[in-house]
Amino acid sequence: MNFRARAETIAWGAQRASAAVLGVCVLVHLATILYAVRGGLTAAEILGRTRGSAALALFYGLFVVAVSIHAPLGLRTIARETFGWRGGALDLAAAAVAVFLVWFGWRAVGGLFG
Amino acid sequence: MSATIEARIWRGGAAGKFETFSVPRRESQTVLDVVTFIQRKLDPTLSYRFACRVGMCGSCAMTVNGRPRWTCRTHVARLGDGPLTVEPLANLPRIKDLAVDMAPFFDKWAKAGGKFVPSAAEGADFARVEPESEARRQADAGIECIGCAVCYSACDLVSWNPDYLGPAALNRAWTLVNDVRDGGQEARLSAVAGDAGCHACHSQQSCREHCPKSLNPTASIAGLKRASLRAAWKGGA
Amino acid sequence: MNRPHRNHPAWWAFAVHRLSGLALALFLPLHFWALGQAIGGEAALDGFLRWTENPLAKFAETGLVVLLAAHLAGGLRVLAIEFLPWSPRQKAAVAVSAGFALAAGLLFLFNVGVA
Repeated sequence: MNFRARAETIAWGAQRASAAVLGVCVLVHLATILYAVRGGLTAAEILGRTRGSAALALFYGLFVVAVSIHAPLGLRTIARETFGWRGGALDLAAAAVAVFLVWFGWRAVGGLFG
Repeated sequence: MSATIEARIWRGGAAGKFETFSVPRRESQTVLDVVTFIQRKLDPTLSYRFACRVGMCGSCAMTVNGRPRWTCRTHVARLGDGPLTVEPLANLPRIKDLAVDMAPFFDKWAKAGGKFVPSAAEGADFARVEPESEARRQADAGIECIGCAVCYSACDLVSWNPDYLGPAALNRAWTLVNDVRDGGQEARLSAVAGDAGCHACHSQQSCREHCPKSLNPTASIAGLKRASLRAAWKGGA
Repeated sequence: MNRPHRNHPAWWAFAVHRLSGLALALFLPLHFWALGQAIGGEAALDGFLRWTENPLAKFAETGLVVLLAAHLAGGLRVLAIEFLPWSPRQKAAVAVSAGFALAAGLLFLFNVGVA
């Protein structure tokens, strides 16, 4: 397989693999939301559950990584199909979005679980 | 049902306009019959394409009331009582009236590795392919394509990316991926993978919805996605 | 523009998947920012949470839950098309995805105490 075809195929595979991980993460996340919002949300309640929980931190850390792979690849596809924007600059922009999301997401996870 | 059909027919090339004709309604009348009546009785300058009239040759596809269809097997009575609108196929260059240039469509079959590459030496014995084998059944599911370009015309991905190979060419490639006698698999998977190939497909399934032969290019393309992912994963040249 | 060729369940499912995906991607930085308030301590996070008590925010949250559920169910449907043997029950799959999204939205409204 030539380089270009291989790179695009791997990118597609990464989007689907991250989708599979997100499938589990989002299901857990949705169930958590529906459970947690009963009786209203308070910071004490949230932080009481998150602070010091290594398992939850790991789960949400992984969640952030998966979504940071999944979302930029999806946005890249939309940019291609809607605006006809293709090429290296677009790939770079998508990578920048991915790095930003990982950093910003982990920062939030750090705030909640640290 | 009214005694006449109000037929709005596209005239001209890329620039053009609709012209309305009044055509007598008949029993078992197809859209192709209507177009032929206009050309023979009302305006001999009308250009369109057809050959077999029985759903085999794949040359008479047009856009009928906004949907791509094979006109020789589309009965006017099934389309309701409203005006009949006939345009050339979408996603292909318009030549004149109802005829489009099919070259980009067939060029993509070649680009997608749609040509059989024999792996056996000349004069070798016949290959034995079990009719019940999985590969043979996968190939069987796609080989009845008549090359009418209805799927190509219905596909959003083609309209969003002019380089996209399209459902028919990818379906053809998938039948060859499942041909155990073929020796050109690596080049073929390279050709069909990626942004202008199978991985661009979003399974909107307009190809499957509109295919007059009830083929399923969406499933064929899904097969290519998996096959090329396997090839990319393993590395290779 | 008249596009009758798009009027079938799988195309509409695609449209929902694309729009929900785009909306969720745009919302994501906002979500991370809001959760990041926790870095400033409990009071900062509480300040934000109190703001989300207004009806407009609740309405938007419900919308987000529906979008998330729709993108999840629609995504699983796409994965099934791409990685499992073809199923002839495509319309049912679209209907189940839509039902799942609406159920999630209703359950959210119920639990949050609006409905």
